[in-house]
Amino acid sequence: MTQPLLSVRDLHVNFGTGEGDVQAVRGVSFDIGRGETLAIVGESGSGKSVTASAIMRLNFGADVRVSGSALFEGQDILAMSEDEVRLKRGSDIAMIFQDPLTALNPFYTVGNQIAEAYAIHHPGTPKKEMRDLVLDSISKVGIPEPLKRINQYPHEFSGGMRQRIVIAMALINRPKLLIADEPTTALDVTVQAQILELISAMQEEHGSAVLLITHDLGVVAEVTKRVLVMYAGRLVEVASVEDVFSSPTHPYTRGLLNSVRSLDSERHSHLEPIPGTPPSLIDLPSGCPFHSRCQYAASLNGRCSTEVPELKAVGNSFTACHLPTAELSSLVRAAQ
Amino acid sequence: MTNTNEAVRYMFYFVARRTFFAVVLLFVVSVFTFWIFSALPADPAALTCGKNCRPEVIEANRVRLGYDKPFIEQYGSYMKGIFAGRTYGEDESGIHCSAPSLGYSYDRHECVSSLVAKTLPVTVSIAVGAFVLWMFFGIALGTLAALRRGKWPDHLATVFSVVGISFPSFFLGLLSVLIFVIWTKILPFPHYVGISENPMKWFTALILPWFVLALLSASTYIRLTRNGILEVMNEEFVRLGIAKGLPRKKLIVKYVLRAALTPIATIAGIDLAFLLGGAIVTESVFNLPGLGKLTIAAVVNSDLPILVATTLVSAVFIVIANAFVDIMYGFLDPRVRSK
Repeated sequence: MTQPLLSVRDLHVNFGTGEGDVQAVRGVSFDIGRGETLAIVGESGSGKSVTASAIMRLNFGADVRVSGSALFEGQDILAMSEDEVRLKRGSDIAMIFQDPLTALNPFYTVGNQIAEAYAIHHPGTPKKEMRDLVLDSISKVGIPEPLKRINQYPHEFSGGMRQRIVIAMALINRPKLLIADEPTTALDVTVQAQILELISAMQEEHGSAVLLITHDLGVVAEVTKRVLVMYAGRLVEVASVEDVFSSPTHPYTRGLLNSVRSLDSERHSHLEPIPGTPPSLIDLPSGCPFHSRCQYAASLNGRCSTEVPELKAVGNSFTACHLPTAELSSLVRAAQ
Repeated sequence: MTNTNEAVRYMFYFVARRTFFAVVLLFVVSVFTFWIFSALPADPAALTCGKNCRPEVIEANRVRLGYDKPFIEQYGSYMKGIFAGRTYGEDESGIHCSAPSLGYSYDRHECVSSLVAKTLPVTVSIAVGAFVLWMFFGIALGTLAALRRGKWPDHLATVFSVVGISFPSFFLGLLSVLIFVIWTKILPFPHYVGISENPMKWFTALILPWFVLALLSASTYIRLTRNGILEVMNEEFVRLGIAKGLPRKKLIVKYVLRAALTPIATIAGIDLAFLLGGAIVTESVFNLPGLGKLTIAAVVNSDLPILVATTLVSAVFIVIANAFVDIMYGFLDPRVRSK
């Protein structure tokens, strides 16, 4: 097998706070191949964004501890010097942020900011060439009148347009990996689809791999092939997008899908919320982090509250659950 | 390019509008100031001569100084005096104050405008020098404290601000005189000399007042700068700057400082304007003949014409500073410009 583009192994991220350590990410491992699209889904506080930031070493603050490894083309990003990481940022690995309204620098024209993204990694580019590049990148992301637009400031653009600019900026150096952290969450629903299409189109053109972070299962269905489901800082299920929707194995994933209404659900059917709340990341429960909310935990004689489940193969998916594989498979069949 | 033309036209419109509002505001301020002082129970004519003054003298002075006229007319001739100069009394003994006339001080027997002209350079010297010092130290230490948060520069800046904020200027003033003038004799006792007369003496007289005033304001600016920078550091666009691969130095200057210092420029303009109205305490402690000392003396002597004039002068500074700061902000922050 060829070497994956990015290979994350046993990633841990802790934040020290006055009340204790927040264990945001606890032993996450996954691979992304070249040109592949991978989604991490989970609710707020599941550690998905922290995982994404860790890959670019954007977690900082007074007391952050990151351990594990993140091999990008065989080099461990987490072990690099700050200068080495800086050269990777924006060139090999680029990022799209959640809120385009605050992600652009309000003091400079968008043309200036896009040009800057290129100039950092290509110093000494002639002005004329730079201008053409910026114009080209801005029209590629579907912004009309690029000649006029490059001289405007971020506040003169709508949210969707600003996200297009952020995308243009992220793609100008043809990154090998694009991390999109909730790229559509802050946008109107109509604009969301356009932005997702744009990301897919751009990905095809540039051959970038995309790591999509989202809480929105609809977004996942639209653009990715493989899904990682995170809960309380751990991966609970790894599956293809078809399997996640048609045969979710982990009780949490199933609960997640039951709490979303789809077009073909019964008109008067009730949404089933997952009972309880996600655990505090400071004071995590022992064993499976989901056991206090899981309807099957009682049937396993307390194993769920003492032993942390590891990912195991169930059909085509991997799931971190103590239920016997046969039982999980039959549950899946029953649900279908 | 059409776009820049448009921007220039917009800027012009913006500046013109702000200037217009400043003029309107100045008019309102002048009416109000003038009205307050004419509404005071003190009779300005009776104040023109001592306790045992004959009523005829009071009445004669009243007519001579124009205090017998209705308010509107008094205001009108005052305004006219500012642009055209004014003569008090009609015969040869009439006193002429050339434009811009700000009234006549019967207590000092001098045109108020010439008093202001004498004291203003002193106050400007104090204010501008202190301003340069406090902006430099405030921003430099504030930036250092923010970038080395929780380390010794941060603690040093905190100590500095606490000292600066908690010590009143008269105490710091006297303390500095005690240390530098009386004990160590490094500096002569401040005795103001015009800069054109003797720049060296001017400098040695002002160095203590500059530092005392600067220390006070610098403490505020250290905190403003430090907090501003720390706030901007959490902004999403700074994170994007890092994610782009910007070198740290460029990130700090182009992203963080630009955003953190722009609002501080606004406050700085207003603070400077306040100081230009006279640093009353500092001028008194160091015995500097500036606007502040002139005002205090006028309060003590109930010298109303001087009070009207110094109030107006400070108000003018503040209105101008406000307009200037607004216009500057338009240049500094593109979001303000287009609103």
